[in-house]
Amino acid sequence: MIVNEQVAVDHGLKKDEYAKICELLKRTPNITELGIFSAMWNEHCSYKSSRLHLKKLPTKGKKVIQGPGENAGVIDIEDNDAIVFKIESHNHPSFIEPYQGAATGVGGIMRDVFTMGARPIANLNSIHFGSPQHKKTKNLLRGVVHGIGGYGNCMGVPTIAGQTSFDSSYNGNILVNAMTLGLVKKDKIFYSKAAGLNKPVIYVGSKTGRDGIHGASMASASFDEKIEEKKPTVQVGDPFTEKLLLEACLELMAGDSIIAIQDMGAAGLTSSSIEMASKGNLGIEINLNKVPCRETKMTPYEIMLSESQERMLIVLENGKEDQAKKIFDKWNLDFSVIGKTTKSKKIELYFDDEKVADIPVDTLVENSPMYDRKWKKAKLPKKNKIKKEDIKHLKIIDVVKKILANPNVCSKEWIWQQYDHTVMGDTVQKPGGDAGVVRVHGTDKAVAASVDSSAVYCWAHPLTGGKQVVCESFRNLISVGAKPIAITNCLNFGSPENDENMGEFVECVQGIGEASEYLKFPVVSGNVSFYNQTKDQGIKPTPTIGGIGLIKDYKNMITMDFKEVDNLVLVIGKTEGHIDQSLFARIILDEKNGPPPEVNLFNEKNNGETLLKLIDNKLIKSVHDVSLGGIITAVAKMCIKGKKGINIKKPKYLINEIEYLFAEDQGRYILEINKKDFKKVADILDKNAVHFDELGTISENELYINDKTKVTIDELSTSNKSWLTKYMSK
Amino acid sequence: MKSSVITFPGSNCDRDMDVALKKFGFKNKMVWHADAELPKSDIVVLPGGFSYGDYLRCGSMASKSKIMQSVINFANSGGMVMGICNGFQILVETGLVPGVLLRNKYLEFICKNVFVKINDKKNKYFKNVNNEVLELHIAHNEGNYFCTNDQLKEIEDNNQIAINYCDENGKIEDKFNPNGSIKNIAGIFNKEKNVLGMMPHPERMIDRSLSGEDGSLFFKNLINNLK
Repeated sequence: MIVNEQVAVDHGLKKDEYAKICELLKRTPNITELGIFSAMWNEHCSYKSSRLHLKKLPTKGKKVIQGPGENAGVIDIEDNDAIVFKIESHNHPSFIEPYQGAATGVGGIMRDVFTMGARPIANLNSIHFGSPQHKKTKNLLRGVVHGIGGYGNCMGVPTIAGQTSFDSSYNGNILVNAMTLGLVKKDKIFYSKAAGLNKPVIYVGSKTGRDGIHGASMASASFDEKIEEKKPTVQVGDPFTEKLLLEACLELMAGDSIIAIQDMGAAGLTSSSIEMASKGNLGIEINLNKVPCRETKMTPYEIMLSESQERMLIVLENGKEDQAKKIFDKWNLDFSVIGKTTKSKKIELYFDDEKVADIPVDTLVENSPMYDRKWKKAKLPKKNKIKKEDIKHLKIIDVVKKILANPNVCSKEWIWQQYDHTVMGDTVQKPGGDAGVVRVHGTDKAVAASVDSSAVYCWAHPLTGGKQVVCESFRNLISVGAKPIAITNCLNFGSPENDENMGEFVECVQGIGEASEYLKFPVVSGNVSFYNQTKDQGIKPTPTIGGIGLIKDYKNMITMDFKEVDNLVLVIGKTEGHIDQSLFARIILDEKNGPPPEVNLFNEKNNGETLLKLIDNKLIKSVHDVSLGGIITAVAKMCIKGKKGINIKKPKYLINEIEYLFAEDQGRYILEINKKDFKKVADILDKNAVHFDELGTISENELYINDKTKVTIDELSTSNKSWLTKYMSK
Repeated sequence: MKSSVITFPGSNCDRDMDVALKKFGFKNKMVWHADAELPKSDIVVLPGGFSYGDYLRCGSMASKSKIMQSVINFANSGGMVMGICNGFQILVETGLVPGVLLRNKYLEFICKNVFVKINDKKNKYFKNVNNEVLELHIAHNEGNYFCTNDQLKEIEDNNQIAINYCDENGKIEDKFNPNGSIKNIAGIFNKEKNVLGMMPHPERMIDRSLSGEDGSLFFKNLINNLK
């Protein structure tokens, strides 16, 4: 095939990018080379629109062993233990083929983690769908949930937490973000940097097929009406093979024969070989005839661009091939020496004794395009004033029930019961709480993890929204008694070529950066997913934050269920009555405009750290952070979980009852304490200048508000638990 | 007491079972599926997971693996063999216990706590368990026990049902049946009651901080019965 500008454009390259390729090579690339450039230079692999801004994120900290740039981030959890973790998107494929798209998303992120030598110990996911009324939503939800479960369950890794939301902006572009945590010894971490000359380059795992060719390019483009035709670009997952690959890799890693290892994810053999060479400042020579293929007559172009799953590339020490091969034979996996490292600093490919590609590595990596895209700064919207006549007819209990049954608040048990969340025998906090918690096997330590996003806030004001998501993650970890350590982010946005979408990206990243800097909650890994849009319609900006925290003794972990009748319930953090962008404003008042709640980083940090002190002093019985739906929603969930009631008395503030109960001001937590500890708790809160309200007392099974309104917890529970099950069974 | 846990390609509850057995005093050995010989054992356990990906019928590939011939001989000579979840699926494929396991009634994987009523205590697995009802944990996609009417009659005549899904008070009703199993069957024995297959995972219930502690009761009792 003759390569020209049109062929390059068909590969998703821009005309000036094609000109740059010809200039860098000082010739016209052949088709295989063009394919390689298109794979390396697309948005998904090159981060060409985002790199400039991602550089501003804080990535360092005392506990950070490895920040962004490797397969995953690594943090220190003491005693020579480390946690490897990352979140990644699989949005485009999941919309086209929900089961396989979601399944391979989970498979891909687990591979990123065990590539570094860590055994995966927990999975999480953040999934976002269109309006429940949209004709595709139900099938997409079912397919994605089955796909996530199908892969994770078979791997035997518990899925311990997640987040599901519905919003019409995802009607044509759902989001599937998968996160994995792995456990590794600090001195046994593996990296992707090749080193040494003439070292054997080994291919292990599944055979290469024609699936997923151009997957990364597909993920770097917007959708149009021809989207169904893209099905062949979706990879097909085989969790069984991945389980074997995991065990085989860990077995090989127990020895000392690996120099570098890299999984074949997006852009398959192309990106894995080039990344290893680039990091090691070396060249790699590959004989493509040695690549194990599933199908006959595969061309070099297809072999290099296939995104077949469950494959790894390894640079071994010389002379260790036989020993390594034995392990892969035992696990019935392909093992093939396909090439070697060279000093050429080029990627050189041979097929049928002919050289089919010859590209300097730096042209693909360092010289890949980087854009300073135009972006538009968002204005802070004007505040709305609630009109008395809009709320005077409202019955609070009806509103509470409506909020508890809202698709974005309701119980997601239908989803997480389909995920094995208890395998590995260390899950001490299951899905449905503020964060999932797993023990570090064989120790008293436990790791807490949470995934969060607040697309509505980010849409209303990206800078505030970006900060808020990081704070939300911080709060969720503290709510289970964990000390927050670091985050990973998955940045889901529309087209970077649209200045408003690009502005949303830039300002969300700025917000994330400011909050993570202030909270000492650095970003150690992540991924960017642009072009989440159909034609001109982008999704609401949805940065997803995956946070990790450490609990020194799992027996001190906190859960959100109310524990005991007569205990006191406090709210910490000041309630100012911010209703704009709250669930109350959107679903009760039908008001979509206005600013999101303000984020005060000092209060976030101070309130959170003070609460951790109270938890350390064993003064706290239960905690839940206040988020969607405000104080009353948080309290109702604690009642439902603990099968207890509460008598609530609104404190004498200037704001009215509705504002007090439904406002979504930030930095707040509900906590349960024993009456006899009140003075101690109040002292600590006062001393640290943390505002608190006495909200009420735990009772038997009814929720009372100001002695006049009441509802049984059973009724609330039914509202909360029935929506999703009913929706999915229709 | 010596135990052996078989690891098949795709087993994923083998470590959990190893941890549980050791916690309650067993000297446990992990045995690779491709081995021919079974180490000297007082009990052999087939753990949960997705042996061979369960791409064919669940458990069918594993039932033909090399070690299984030794396991079958061991069972036929009266040795204790217990299959949990995928292990139960493997057992029905070998024919050591009757029946089959179909996909769950609602066609979805289920992971949650359930209650089971112990139907028969005249065996080494449940003898001396004080409780009538245990709270255990299930996590499976194909746990819907099915057999022919003739088989069912034989199973009932021989009192081969080990445990049934029930509520916390031991009431066995359809609404407490998580997967559509015939007669709410959660576990069954062979005729001689030395082989037990069950869907629930006692190894996930061995610690107050986990899903519960009734698994501890099961294992403590098991090792005492074997002594």
